[in-house]
Amino acid sequence: MNDPTAPIVIKRHRMATRVWHWVTVVTMFIMIGSGIGILKAHPRLYWGRYGANFDTAWTTLDQWPSWLVSLLNLLTIPAGYNLALSRRWHLLFALVLAFALLGFMIVSLINKHFQRDLRVRAAELSPREVVHDVKEHLAFRFHDPKKPGAYNILQKLSYVVTIFVLIPVMILTGLTMSPGMDAAWPWLLEVFGGRQSARSIHFIAATGLVLFIIAHLALVILAGTWNEVRSMSTGRWKVPAHTSEDVA
Amino acid sequence: MSSLITRRSLVMGASIGAGALLAGCDKIAANPEARKILFMGEDMNRGLQRALTNRNALAPEFSPAQMSPIFRSNGTSNPGTAEYTAMVANNFADYRLKVGGLVDRPLSVSLPQLRQMPSRAQITRHDCVEGWSAIGKWQGPKLGALLTAAGLQKSARYIVFTCADLFGGANYYESVDLVDAFHPQTILAWALNDQVLDVAHGAPVRLRVERQLGYKHAKYVMAIEAVASLAGIGKGKGGYWEDNVDYDWYAGI
Repeated sequence: MNDPTAPIVIKRHRMATRVWHWVTVVTMFIMIGSGIGILKAHPRLYWGRYGANFDTAWTTLDQWPSWLVSLLNLLTIPAGYNLALSRRWHLLFALVLAFALLGFMIVSLINKHFQRDLRVRAAELSPREVVHDVKEHLAFRFHDPKKPGAYNILQKLSYVVTIFVLIPVMILTGLTMSPGMDAAWPWLLEVFGGRQSARSIHFIAATGLVLFIIAHLALVILAGTWNEVRSMSTGRWKVPAHTSEDVA
Repeated sequence: MSSLITRRSLVMGASIGAGALLAGCDKIAANPEARKILFMGEDMNRGLQRALTNRNALAPEFSPAQMSPIFRSNGTSNPGTAEYTAMVANNFADYRLKVGGLVDRPLSVSLPQLRQMPSRAQITRHDCVEGWSAIGKWQGPKLGALLTAAGLQKSARYIVFTCADLFGGANYYESVDLVDAFHPQTILAWALNDQVLDVAHGAPVRLRVERQLGYKHAKYVMAIEAVASLAGIGKGKGGYWEDNVDYDWYAGI
């Protein structure tokens, strides 16, 4: 490095990661919008094998705050209410979501993205480390000066939960709502405790994904929007100045 | 300061982008060519389910203790036509289930005859396309037995059901393929929860096609027709909702 003021640019995300990320962005957007459309057809959630209007729901749309209902209305695909088209969008893009995730998982095991970047080490989970990372986040310092390209522990955990728990749970509970799949794979019903429980878990996991997306977007903005968006698009990531000063 | 402006403009930009994407989705769904792609999901899902799973797999059956306390009725609660009202008044004594189309021996079956056929009783879950489920006990002869008695011809590919209830002035209709028609749990139910089937749930006879959603389970079945193609039925998509509201013909998902 001849010019010490020149920004350090590193290669951060592999092609497979970048392609999967953006495919999933579009897919998630469609799945959330069309999923709200489907929920509106019967906005009551139950636990157990059955559940209809005469049965006890643990939550119903009329209990939700009006700002939330307005937001759900705003995001619905298609606009307004059209159960048939919501289902068309949802069930086509469900295939995109599932097979894209499967492909990404296979490639990321082969190229060792998971083992290298997402593997949580025991030392990282020590209370001291986690508290330290929380403090760093609150100070808006997101990168370890020694390893600026590595994910911190909170970041790792949120990605691991999303990739290995939330999205697979969405896919499996989605399959459990299919009467055809219940005949073929009855174990799905055993895993989730019945079709209506699966439907409830589907919406709880969807809420988890929405919270992840909100936190993810907020942190992208705080960490430097264009640098982060560029790194997920071209792979090139500029090491933040304060971090590279620390390195120097 | 400048970063604050950037952040605000980014949030604004993202919101406008999301709005444009939402509007774009509706534009796409309105375009006939894009609609074809969107509607390909149905064939992909049916193809995957049929290819990757046992096509004769049985829908889960439940114990009496697992049944819904009240089985919700949906759709038509009473066809209310003069003919149907007369049949109800007469306790369906004049009811004849017609089995025709591509069969060697067209049938006209009375309700007592239907009840005398060997029947199957099954406690299954009914899943409405809207999202709710109800578990109930259904009893009736297998559709396959009736089709065999009528002598289904080789050219038959689909079984079409015509019902007594009217939608937009025309009789409700639905159809299934032969995989589901001959599935052991596909029955013509004349009893629900050990009672003679009531009007709200489709008296006198209702189709049960247990691996598909509720709108496939035609109520008030009057006629069964074997056909080679769905092209001549309604608007050609095989069912009232399929023809008029773009519901999937394959409702296994």
